[in-house]
Amino acid sequence: MTDMSTTADVLEHEEAKSLEAREFGFWVYLMTDAVIFALLFASYVVLSNNSAAGPTSKDLFDLGHTAGETALLLLSSLTFGFATIAMSAGQAGRVVQWLIVSMVLGLGFLAMELIEFHGMIAAGAGPGTSGFLSAFFTLVGTHGLHVTFGAIGICVMIGQVLVKGLTLPVRSRLIRLGLFWHFLDIVWIGIFSVVYLPGVM
Amino acid sequence: MNHSSERAASTYLTGFVLAVILTAIPFALVWGGLLTGPAVYAVIAVAAVIQVLVHLIFFLHLDLKSTPGENLFFLGFAAVLIFIMVGGSLWIMIDLHHRMM
Amino acid sequence: MLGRLTFDAIPLYSWVAMGGAAVTVGGGLAVFLLITYLRAWKVLWTDWLTSVDHKKIGIMYVVLALVMLARGFVDALMMRAQQAIALNNDGYLPAEHFEQIFSSHGTIMIFFVAMPFLTGLINIIVPQQIGARDVAFPFLNSVSLFLTAAGAGLVLISLVIGKFSTAGWTGYPPYSGIDYNPGVGVDYWLWALIVSGVGSTMTGINFIVTIVKNRCPGMTYMRMPLFTWTALCISVLIAFAFPALTVVAAQLVLDRTLGFHFFTNGDGGNMMMFANLLWIWGHPEVYILILPAFGIFSEVVATFSRKRLFGYKSLVYATACIAILSFTVWLHHFFTMGSSANVNAVFGIATMIIAVPTGVKIFDWMFTMYRGRIEFHPSMVFTIGFMVTFVIGGVTGVLLALPPADYLMHNSTFLVAHFHNMLIPGALFGYFAGLNYWFPKAFGFKLDAKWGIRSFWFWIVGFYLAFMPLYVLGFMGMSRRMEHYADPTWQPYLIVAALGAVCILCGIICIAVQLYVSARNWGSARDTTGDPWNGRTLEWATSSPPAPYNFAILPEVRDLDAFHDMKIKGTAYQAPTSYEDIVMPKSSGLGPVLGALGFALGFAMVWYIWWLAALCLVLALVCIGIRACDDDTEYVIPASEVAAIENVRLAQITPADMHDMRDFLPRGAASGAALPGRA
Repeated sequence: MTDMSTTADVLEHEEAKSLEAREFGFWVYLMTDAVIFALLFASYVVLSNNSAAGPTSKDLFDLGHTAGETALLLLSSLTFGFATIAMSAGQAGRVVQWLIVSMVLGLGFLAMELIEFHGMIAAGAGPGTSGFLSAFFTLVGTHGLHVTFGAIGICVMIGQVLVKGLTLPVRSRLIRLGLFWHFLDIVWIGIFSVVYLPGVM
Repeated sequence: MNHSSERAASTYLTGFVLAVILTAIPFALVWGGLLTGPAVYAVIAVAAVIQVLVHLIFFLHLDLKSTPGENLFFLGFAAVLIFIMVGGSLWIMIDLHHRMM
Repeated sequence: MLGRLTFDAIPLYSWVAMGGAAVTVGGGLAVFLLITYLRAWKVLWTDWLTSVDHKKIGIMYVVLALVMLARGFVDALMMRAQQAIALNNDGYLPAEHFEQIFSSHGTIMIFFVAMPFLTGLINIIVPQQIGARDVAFPFLNSVSLFLTAAGAGLVLISLVIGKFSTAGWTGYPPYSGIDYNPGVGVDYWLWALIVSGVGSTMTGINFIVTIVKNRCPGMTYMRMPLFTWTALCISVLIAFAFPALTVVAAQLVLDRTLGFHFFTNGDGGNMMMFANLLWIWGHPEVYILILPAFGIFSEVVATFSRKRLFGYKSLVYATACIAILSFTVWLHHFFTMGSSANVNAVFGIATMIIAVPTGVKIFDWMFTMYRGRIEFHPSMVFTIGFMVTFVIGGVTGVLLALPPADYLMHNSTFLVAHFHNMLIPGALFGYFAGLNYWFPKAFGFKLDAKWGIRSFWFWIVGFYLAFMPLYVLGFMGMSRRMEHYADPTWQPYLIVAALGAVCILCGIICIAVQLYVSARNWGSARDTTGDPWNGRTLEWATSSPPAPYNFAILPEVRDLDAFHDMKIKGTAYQAPTSYEDIVMPKSSGLGPVLGALGFALGFAMVWYIWWLAALCLVLALVCIGIRACDDDTEYVIPASEVAAIENVRLAQITPADMHDMRDFLPRGAASGAALPGRA
């Protein structure tokens, strides 16, 4: 019996160490992802005036729509923050509630983005129209894809919290997912500042 | 426990309010056409950079004291590299653009 | 159902392509039959493919690199043969084959020889050098390996089904765009890069975390062996440079597959953005290949000169400097694009500055050898050969860094000679030195030195014969990648270069013979102590090959040359009073599964088999999800088992096996007598 408990202790000690490594590793991953976005931004700026006789950014962008998307994403960042607070207080039920709210807000953002994309493609401004639109769809689409993966991640996390409770690994994963979710909001600041606001001027 | 979670909540709320303000300023300027020319770009850029810092401090809890040194190092390193890569690319491509005119 | 894949993809149209396909299929079949004959499938799966042990993963990386080296070298030999005879005639290779061969040669040598070779050596050695039991993320390590292997598989299968790219290893648009290159070749190239590039990025992150978090007690940053330092620097370079490759490859895929306009001629594309993004990755990549070799040279030169490494700190700072500067010079690959003088001058000067830290390193190695007791082990011979030869490449590099001179040399064989002059001595000789140096650590017996020396002489003589003529030809105006030519004064040089390639072939055969002879005589060259060369760093403190956990008790480091210090103090090979339980990661079959999915995804995207691509993506997500929910990934080796393994090991070591350390004892200033201590 004592043997069993020491084995469990050793495993637990090792687990704490490995979770610390994972949090640092995830941070480094976010930095590499930031480089990906930075280069997509650079591509967009280089190509943003190459609309090749097709529609320009002025014709296509609707600032009201962008403001709505921004609000949804910013709110979901806040609600994810509340989920993290509930986690430190050990309230599993609260965590799940706030995660659901964050995911709904994230899905709302995705829906708005898809409506925007669909409208543009229907108006003959698809990604194959010009260099400008290729860069636009790639940059904004990559961000959208990240939000999608984030939403899937939230689903998986809700499941883990419900099944396993707030164990040490689950807490660590929740913190990492939170980093990812907040990081996507930071990228969105770049998108409305580089793509949409200068685009309508 | 309760006390610290209240403080944590107020951190998130402060960050949220600051982010809303920093988003509203450039949107209002562009929407209302209050400013024109290079000044708008400057305001948008400054507001964006400040808002990124707000997110880092209030949402990602970045802190020069409590955040591990290696995390800060890699954040700084990434910032420098992004500056070199994006700045260099734009310098090269805009220079080329002018020579192609 | 099968996209654009039809029977026409089988290369029945030419004997060269059929030959390549036959060799590839035959080789695969031979390996399959050999494993079946040896009844090794189960062992292969349970002990190797599903293993997450960093040492085994490292060995698999090196095996992959050596196999791909053979393939890439055959390409080189064919090109040299073609250029030796193709004066005013078409030679024996049709133009399209020649283009595929130079494209695959470059792609294979960079991505599937150099990258896996250095990753393999880092995998085997770095955790042992920092006193760790494994890497930070063992499972991720396994996924990285199999994604790299999947990329290599895509290049290999392009010989059998379809064709490879004809656009060179850099694949510049618009030629690599869909308008000018509608076939599958460029797609094979792109997907091989993307799949293996994702693997490399994860390797980079993995080793950053391993080196930052998993160092044993006392191993401060300034006590890390130089190879570990270079591994840390290139992991940072990989993590920050490979995203650029992913971005640029994905953009070209979007252009080719979905009709985007990033790099097209018309519709607002900008093809120079491709060169810009590609070289943002490409220049750091050069240092990713070379810096680990510098680390190996540093270890080898200290061990076989029997001296502490000269100027350790300056070597560390030089390495870090090179790593950062490597991000600031990328434009020198396309000076002739036509930037203004300001831009070209800035990047030219930045390029020349890199020569300074590199020069510092050369001097450090020379001063380490100065007054050392040099032992001409094959790895040391490769190191000396590197130092002499690499300086020539460095000088031609500084010449190319001058934008006006570059305008003359750009795209000539002078450039080809220059970068082979950097990568063969600078990277490959280092990996060979590492192979000879660390082979006993990985397998428990030494490599045959005689054949090692022979392979060195063939390699270095072959190198000079093959590439010095190309410098001359560059001055004579010969462009690179010429399938045939009309200037008779070029031919003698090209014949000499072909002879050089044959000489290098002998060098490769010598390595194969060396491996065979050493494996046959392994019993007489066994390494019982784990320290065959009287080494200085921590990896020699474990047994050869090490137990799965590397160190039964995590060592405590008190000096830069940690193990040397332990031997002098007499603390090496001591059994501890008690052992403790050790936690190790469990094997996982998901690594090879994800690799196979990566391969199938790449293949499906090349041939436009959309349902298969979607299926692979969904399955990959499911695999990641399963792994993300798994809390039971580790197991415990009980202390009693550890004690049993260690006692067997320590019982084998007799005092006669140990190195005599009396010469290295610190001595009193006046008397010259040895200070108290035990060797």
